[in-house]
Amino acid sequence: MTALRRLSGEVVALVLATAIFLVPFGLMLLTAVKDPEQAIDLDFAWPTSWPVVENFMAVIEARDYVLLRAYVNSTIITVASVALLVVFAAMASFVLQRRPGKVAKLADFLVLSGLIIPPAVVPTIWLLQALGLFKTLPGMILAEVAFNLSFAMLLFRAFVAAIPRELDEAAQIDGCSGMRLFFRVIFPLLRPVTITVILVSSVNIFNDFVNPLYLLPGDENATVQVTLYNFQSQYNTQWNLLFMDIVLITIPPLVLFVFFNRKIVAGMTAGAIKG
Amino acid sequence: MTTQDTGPRMGPGPAPGRAHARASRRRRDAAYPYALYLPAAVVFLVIFLVPTAMAFYFALTRWTLFDSEFVGLQNFRDFLAEQNLRIGFQNTIIYAVVTSGLKVVLGLLLGVLLTGRLRLRGFLRSVVFFPTLVSTVAVGITFAMLLKPQTGLVNQALALVGVDGRDWLGDAATALLSVALVDVWKGVGLATVIYIAGIMTIPREYYQAVAVDGGGAWHRFRHVTLPLSWPATYSVIILSFVGGLRSFDLIWTMTRGGPGFTSDTIASIIYKQYQAGFFGLSTAGNVILFIVVTAIAVPLNYFLGKRQVTA
Repeated sequence: MTALRRLSGEVVALVLATAIFLVPFGLMLLTAVKDPEQAIDLDFAWPTSWPVVENFMAVIEARDYVLLRAYVNSTIITVASVALLVVFAAMASFVLQRRPGKVAKLADFLVLSGLIIPPAVVPTIWLLQALGLFKTLPGMILAEVAFNLSFAMLLFRAFVAAIPRELDEAAQIDGCSGMRLFFRVIFPLLRPVTITVILVSSVNIFNDFVNPLYLLPGDENATVQVTLYNFQSQYNTQWNLLFMDIVLITIPPLVLFVFFNRKIVAGMTAGAIKG
Repeated sequence: MTTQDTGPRMGPGPAPGRAHARASRRRRDAAYPYALYLPAAVVFLVIFLVPTAMAFYFALTRWTLFDSEFVGLQNFRDFLAEQNLRIGFQNTIIYAVVTSGLKVVLGLLLGVLLTGRLRLRGFLRSVVFFPTLVSTVAVGITFAMLLKPQTGLVNQALALVGVDGRDWLGDAATALLSVALVDVWKGVGLATVIYIAGIMTIPREYYQAVAVDGGGAWHRFRHVTLPLSWPATYSVIILSFVGGLRSFDLIWTMTRGGPGFTSDTIASIIYKQYQAGFFGLSTAGNVILFIVVTAIAVPLNYFLGKRQVTA
């Protein structure tokens, strides 16, 4: 009896979760492979024809291959900023956790303010322009590093705290300190949380819309999210192409997710929770 | 090396002398040089702190990026005089409260459910976390389609059960709340993961103790899970409340602040002023947002942090 009740409860949970969370994705996928006439209905009818390749090519070729350029730009921005972010944040969190004092208090305060304060957009544009970095990929990369630093440091610091100090001391006896201590001993041990930081921040940066909208305007520098936003008005009637575009842009984070699903949760368990 | 090592301090023993303490601090300092802060500090200072500080000056100017003319508090007066700013204020608060509140309640519920003895646990966890990874723009566009008045799937589903749906995003009364619900749909996965992590750190002994005392599921939830997952609640509230106050992309892709100005938030007004070329005014909006976020988040952090100690 209880087994039956449990089973039916599970079925209800499954149906609800699927309906609420998967139906929108089903609609995306189905509409992306339909022809324009059928796509207008935006329903769950099975496609009568399958112009997958045509839709794909149409989206790629649109506006002089802007999507391909956007893909290249987004990839460069994501890879470069995540690489810098990981090294910078891990180094800083290591000292922050290991060397308490006034400087650490200040750093703590800055991490918290970085989490809370919304970036001042127009002054950031002004500053990047003064540095000659406005509308350039390096400028965008540095901005992403600065805006994502606090969250990465939060995850890293909690994990550093779990590495016993005896290890540092042993390394010091072997004459290893400072940079060498960090890169040879500590950084390799941070691997689980490093993976989490890489996954979370690369998804964040790849999916970022607001910052490229402000700091990287123009078709030449388009990133995937801004392209999608521009397509929204362009494909006002061609839902199949709009959704093909959405599907193409959603694929990279999905691939990450499929491969690293468990690791995300594992790293979060170690890090995101205060206390 | 040359430094004399006195061996690791292990277990209780006589307190180390002052000379020893000084020596060990020097050794510690050498092992953890402040230089390791440097790269992070430089980027954060230049790209984040300097613009934030400059915003307070530029907010007081009429500004074209190249030259600025000091106008005092005029921008703030303009900003506050604008009819739709008051709506923007109100909307920002409503949006943050609704989204973070629902994320806490649903995240906790899903967290409890998905740490239970479900056979489909792994699958359900993935399904719930899934939307977190899809870009906000894509989610916004898809739901704008789903919520269309005649053809939208939501209204068709409601029609099946005999409810007359409305133009969710085109109606001033429902636009903001509809966007907030979509935000919850997208963000509840992260809240759930945080709760799952928090619930899994609760020692099993507490649940066994409840079982020994003959307590039921409700008792378990009320007296063990709920109080002991407080750190997770704290994280979820802070993250989603601050995120909600700053939220821009979902609102912008779904309604552009419309119909009219009825679903504008402070962040979308900032963007509109920027687009119109009123940089000083836009920056004044940024300063206002800064003040609102800090005025709410800092006491909240303090209050929640204090409860955490006593919990």
